[in-house]
Amino acid sequence: MARLNRDQLLALARREITEISPQALQQRTAAGESFTLIDIRERDEFMLGHIPDAEFIPRGFLELQIEQAVFDRTAPVVIYCAGGVRSVLAARNLKEMGYENVYSLSGGFSGWVNAGYEFTVPTVLNDEQRIRYSRHTLLPELREAGQIKLLESKVLLIGAGGLGSPAAMYLAAAGVGTLGIVDFDDVDVSNLQRQLLHGTKDVGRPKVESAADRLHDINPDVNVVAYREPITSVNALDIIKDYDVVLNGSDNFPTRYLVNDACHFLGKPLVDASIFMFEGQVTVYQPAVPELGIEGGPCYRCLYPDPPPPGEVPSCAEAGVLGVLPGIVGSLQAVEAIKLLVGFGEPLVGRLLMIDTLDQSFRTLSIHRDPNCPLCGSQPTVTKLIDYEQFCGLPSNNGHEPVLAIG
Amino acid sequence: MATVYIPTHFRRLTGGQSKVTVDAADINSLLGALDEQYPGIAERLLDGDGEVKRFVNVFVNNDEIRTLQGMATPVGENDKISIVPAMAGGAVLRRRS
Ligand SMILES: [Zn+2]
Repeated sequence: MARLNRDQLLALARREITEISPQALQQRTAAGESFTLIDIRERDEFMLGHIPDAEFIPRGFLELQIEQAVFDRTAPVVIYCAGGVRSVLAARNLKEMGYENVYSLSGGFSGWVNAGYEFTVPTVLNDEQRIRYSRHTLLPELREAGQIKLLESKVLLIGAGGLGSPAAMYLAAAGVGTLGIVDFDDVDVSNLQRQLLHGTKDVGRPKVESAADRLHDINPDVNVVAYREPITSVNALDIIKDYDVVLNGSDNFPTRYLVNDACHFLGKPLVDASIFMFEGQVTVYQPAVPELGIEGGPCYRCLYPDPPPPGEVPSCAEAGVLGVLPGIVGSLQAVEAIKLLVGFGEPLVGRLLMIDTLDQSFRTLSIHRDPNCPLCGSQPTVTKLIDYEQFCGLPSNNGHEPVLAIG
Repeated sequence: MATVYIPTHFRRLTGGQSKVTVDAADINSLLGALDEQYPGIAERLLDGDGEVKRFVNVFVNNDEIRTLQGMATPVGENDKISIVPAMAGGAVLRRRS
């Protein structure tokens, strides 16, 4: 075996690897070529600044993790380090792994900065967060970037009851940065059979207060915003507009139509679920947002254009509900929210998941946008929030007076 | 025989059964046969014009019948029919004092 010193090895690597200058990289990118940039420096170097959109894979993990970042062996990849030395050696190893179009950035990150090009200073997890979220960041679908997205995300929960309890707890544990909770109810002993956000000691307290305590205990990183008020046509748009994703855990028809319509007008994805006795339904209503290239799917009104007449569909308060059921269904809502926030997997858009815990069947049905939908169809007749009590055949309150509790 | 999934709301009418089998050529005759076997179902499902009520969806396998041929949608031997009414869950309607 040949014995090479450091300079001989570098010279050998340079013969095998194409180097690209910051100027050439910039010009070719501007001309429409796309490169996957991999930053192989150490963590503390990366934290001080990196080329925009670069993936961070420290040198020691490069060969182990490159296939998750770049699946296609023919895709153009640019490796960079601080000065362009480590990257030549690293690129040579990738070439050996079969990456055909691998470049080393000459001059490295310093060369890039000295050429006057833009760089970003990343948000990174602190030491405590790196440990807390390590089971997330190990997942290729999340990694550190996905976890940071969660920390910067805002989710609104309509209701801190059966569905809202597991959803809020898992989202808090997952590190979703802001959780808004709308609920004007107080904790009742009959809630404790299924609403795990609240404990026996909380009976009589406002639900938003005991929820905030429990969520801060799970994860002090989370900012809990409490809305101890009912959601109505008057306040819905104002409350929802600041959030990225809305989870509906309300248990009445007027609120379901209200939240659906408000999310449609604001272009917010709505993770909707409902439960009854032993049975649950979950789906995602994703409004079309053409500016962002989001095609969207059906809405609640596409599926159920008219509400049932009052009294035709019994409530859980009348018929009962298995306490574990909202635990399953609310947890599935949390899964959908995380997928939507980070952007992986296939959200339940255009699909209705039906769960029956009696025979433990999970079935997925296709649901479609209705071209005649009064809200999201081509000739909409619902163009602003309406009086939803009246729409559902309940005594009208002009959207002002709270009449609905959330279970 | 097609298998019909009965939603919880209607299981009172089927003696608690969550799945029943019905022999029928299309949805119209299937719902008729279902109502003969379990009287009261048609009234819960259909409006005055004999159409499925607007807060109920009926699926043949994965697809809603309004996207197929409505009440005339054919039903095959091994098809799975799902009746999916709107569910709201367990809120207590009340006024805050
Ligand atoms: Zn719609």
